[in-house]
Amino acid sequence: MSKFGGSRNNKSVPGISSGSLSDIVFMLLFFFMVTTQMRETENKVIVKLPEASEAAKLERKDLSANINIGSPTRQYQAMYGTDARIQLNDSFKTIDDIRDFIASERDAMSEADRSLMTVNLRVDEDVRMGIVSDVKQELRRCSALKIMYASRKPGGDK
Amino acid sequence: MAKKTPEINSSSTADIAFLLLCYFLMTTTMGDQSGLQRRLPPIPDSKQAQDQKVNRRNIVIVRINSADKLFAGNEAMDIAYLKDKMKEFLANPANDPNLPEKEEKEIEGKTYQVSKGVISLQNDRGTSYQAYIAVQNELVKAVNELRDEFSMREFGKKFSRLSEDQQEIVKKAVPQNISEAEPKDTGKK
Repeated sequence: MSKFGGSRNNKSVPGISSGSLSDIVFMLLFFFMVTTQMRETENKVIVKLPEASEAAKLERKDLSANINIGSPTRQYQAMYGTDARIQLNDSFKTIDDIRDFIASERDAMSEADRSLMTVNLRVDEDVRMGIVSDVKQELRRCSALKIMYASRKPGGDK
Repeated sequence: MAKKTPEINSSSTADIAFLLLCYFLMTTTMGDQSGLQRRLPPIPDSKQAQDQKVNRRNIVIVRINSADKLFAGNEAMDIAYLKDKMKEFLANPANDPNLPEKEEKEIEGKTYQVSKGVISLQNDRGTSYQAYIAVQNELVKAVNELRDEFSMREFGKKFSRLSEDQQEIVKKAVPQNISEAEPKDTGKK
């Protein structure tokens, strides 16, 4: 008879519907799928990028070849020491291997994209320029002339 | 009356989605590929080397030694002053005969005064990468600010807000001439 009185005797609290929970999680999932990319190689050298306020974004991520330079991570220090080393793909390499590395990266790209290839130099900020100059000279000899000094914007962590 | 179909229990879809989410969080990295883009000069042929003589007034040598000390021109300089010095060098507002000459260039039907100045960056083998990038950053900042000023004058907008065609014009009118010199084997390793 009464409008509100019907549930007076019913003390049980209605359960919270969890049906939309999955929607929320899926939304998160899609966000991460879109904004992140697969980690292709494991870092074997410690790379803390230097700061640069004028850093510009690389337009074509798929057209970049990564060269990491830094001191080996702790688990490899017993074997390789703490001097700066070059990491190509998944292993430690020397200057002479860069030529083959660039050639294989070029081969993996389509004909039209080869001239757009950017070599992304990810160099630790404590590395001395000597090794970087050597790498640059080698890249010039391979005529891989587009390079990028990877750096992070100041203020951002990582 | 139609038979009522029992509802499918959907409470576990959230768990499945969480599992997927965790998988993607673990295996992927945030895309933070940013940096300073450069073009290396090609290995010079012996013939080309003779053509590339640049007038003395058009070049400024920025040198970083193995103790990360900075020299611009021939004077020691703090990095805080480098940007303004380079802007003055590239823009040459007073047409100083010691600063780079300008040439008239026609770009998209209009003539602009384009500076012929080149910044030559030299480093030592012992220079730290951090100092090197800091200097590179200042040089890029100088060029970017000149481009902004040029855009404001010509189009009344900042460089980043221009259309792509206009950006091309500005890039040609204010070129980024930073040359990374051949490494010189000076100083100790």
